[in-house]
Amino acid sequence: MKKNFKLTLIILFLVFSPQRVVFSQSLSSGELIRNAKEYDGKLVVYSGEVIGDVMLRGDFAWVNINDGENALGAWMSAALAKEIKFTGNYKSRGDRLEITGVFHRACFEHGGDLDIHVRSLLKITNGRMVKENLNFDKVNLSLILLGVLFLIWILTLFKHK
Amino acid sequence: MILKTRLEDLKIIGFYLGKIILGLALTMVIPILIALCFGETNPALDFFISIEVSVLLGLLLVKICQTDKDLNWMQGMIVVSLSWVVAMILGAIPLYLSGHWKSFLDACFDAMSGFATTGLALVQDLDHLSYTHNLWRHLIMFLGGQGIVVIALSLFVRGFSGAFKMYVGEARDEKIMPNVINTSRFIWLVSIVYLILGTLALGVTGILNGMKPLNAFFHGACVFMAAFDTGGFSPQSQNILYYHSFAYEVITVILMVLGALNFKLHYHLWMGNRKELIKNIETRTLFITILVTFSIVAVGLAQTGIYPAATMLFRKGFYQLISGHTGTGFQTIYAQQFGTDWNQLALVGVILAMALGGAVCSTTGAIKMLRIGIIFKAFKEDLKRIIMPERAIVIEKFHHIKEVFLEDKLVRSALMITLAYIILYGLGALIGMFYGYPFIGALFESTSAAANVGLSCGITNITMPAALKVTYILQMWAGRLEFMSVFTILGFLFASLKGK
Repeated sequence: MKKNFKLTLIILFLVFSPQRVVFSQSLSSGELIRNAKEYDGKLVVYSGEVIGDVMLRGDFAWVNINDGENALGAWMSAALAKEIKFTGNYKSRGDRLEITGVFHRACFEHGGDLDIHVRSLLKITNGRMVKENLNFDKVNLSLILLGVLFLIWILTLFKHK
Repeated sequence: MILKTRLEDLKIIGFYLGKIILGLALTMVIPILIALCFGETNPALDFFISIEVSVLLGLLLVKICQTDKDLNWMQGMIVVSLSWVVAMILGAIPLYLSGHWKSFLDACFDAMSGFATTGLALVQDLDHLSYTHNLWRHLIMFLGGQGIVVIALSLFVRGFSGAFKMYVGEARDEKIMPNVINTSRFIWLVSIVYLILGTLALGVTGILNGMKPLNAFFHGACVFMAAFDTGGFSPQSQNILYYHSFAYEVITVILMVLGALNFKLHYHLWMGNRKELIKNIETRTLFITILVTFSIVAVGLAQTGIYPAATMLFRKGFYQLISGHTGTGFQTIYAQQFGTDWNQLALVGVILAMALGGAVCSTTGAIKMLRIGIIFKAFKEDLKRIIMPERAIVIEKFHHIKEVFLEDKLVRSALMITLAYIILYGLGALIGMFYGYPFIGALFESTSAAANVGLSCGITNITMPAALKVTYILQMWAGRLEFMSVFTILGFLFASLKGK
């Protein structure tokens, strides 16, 4: 009963909310940038990996989310941003999020940036630290080159004598 | 009669080229130190291998071509043009080994883009690139901006007359100090003082923007190098849009403008001669051309209606414009937006700004302000000749550090280089159009490459044809060296084949 009530509320919200969801399926960053005029001011779903820093700005935060094609800026409440535990960089893979929010082709609040103002966030997968395995091919190559350099040095010494 | 290339020419060229390569190898120690600090093992190995290859090549050239003879003009020019090609290849090795570039050609593209302070990039998955490789991408901009030969001159050369020939070959024909080696050292002094101040300003802004302190200062250093050297790389794939910060944009605009000013002007400002900033023909021309090109961009953007508020229009329009005019290539919009959201008028404004560039003896590319100023002065002189009585003597002067009489020799040289740049922009656009890109996009990208800017409307990506990648590499190379060294190498090759 409680579940049905929640579902009804969600449906009612989606039908009567001022910004209707354009696609319930996640849109790619390329699609959003290319067709920015079409999606401007609409509620969209976008998913990708959190990269770089979670930049807290007062009660809000900027989070950049990369879907493999581009990274888009997501403006969300600091409370939502707290759910992010890993951000992507050389040593880690960031949390994969699915965000729902209002897409702006040129955001009035943020000086014309193309961004998404997040309303809800779903963590698809948790990020993780990436273990760096030593590349032995590179080790071997550097040792061979070091040997060649040493040989040349010896030869130049003989030449001088 | 064209004289055939002698073995002695090759030996002298090889010897000095070897020295420059050894200098380049030394700069690769910096990323290794960063790798050790951040505990990045494989990236450290990439640079270790690259140093070994560079030292091997440099040492072989120095030992085989051992000479105590000085360079003549032709040899100096060839050393410079070859050192940029060799630097591209050696600089691309660690990039390619990182696995973030699909092919060695792509790595070479980014290395040339870095050294030539262009900023067009083919790197993949930049957001997961190591600190070590990211630093190298920005460091090569810093080195290339000052000039690869300037590094060698500052570090290894104790004094020889050939130094000036190499210095000129790198598109730096103005001496700040009486001695070219002291000039090189002054260029480094200015750059390092600004590096410290710029990194501090950007680092503190980064922290206030919510970045972690370590990241904030690392980004600060990288962005400074790309801004002051009018390069345009950035540690993240979104370029400056990543920071979502007005303060960051303001600081980078200041740094870009500082980078676009003549080092000679910096010297006079440092010496307290602030009036020079107002009187100098280059700063006056820069002010006028910014005003004109921004007006075109603003009208274009107003027509599209994408930025309904004037503040938005100014922030987006002015930033891309200044970035293009100074030859930097920082973007606060996505590359595709140039095609989808900006109209052709706005794009023409940016193309014009990119084509004009900054000051001579700065880190920018393109035609440059001194030449534009001289050409306009020449027009003014000719108009005066038409209007005034035939017997009247018309003398035109301009102020560039000192009062200079406008001579035909100066005008001819300015027009020649301007013409060469226009041909270079046009040729690249033609090749782009040959591969099916629309005229305005092809011209935009070609101008960006040849003028060493780095703004992209989306053509530069890994899927573009290899021939177009090679075209842009050649444009970046020729544009950075301002043709003379490139023409000399062509002449040298011709002499090797046809000379007697």
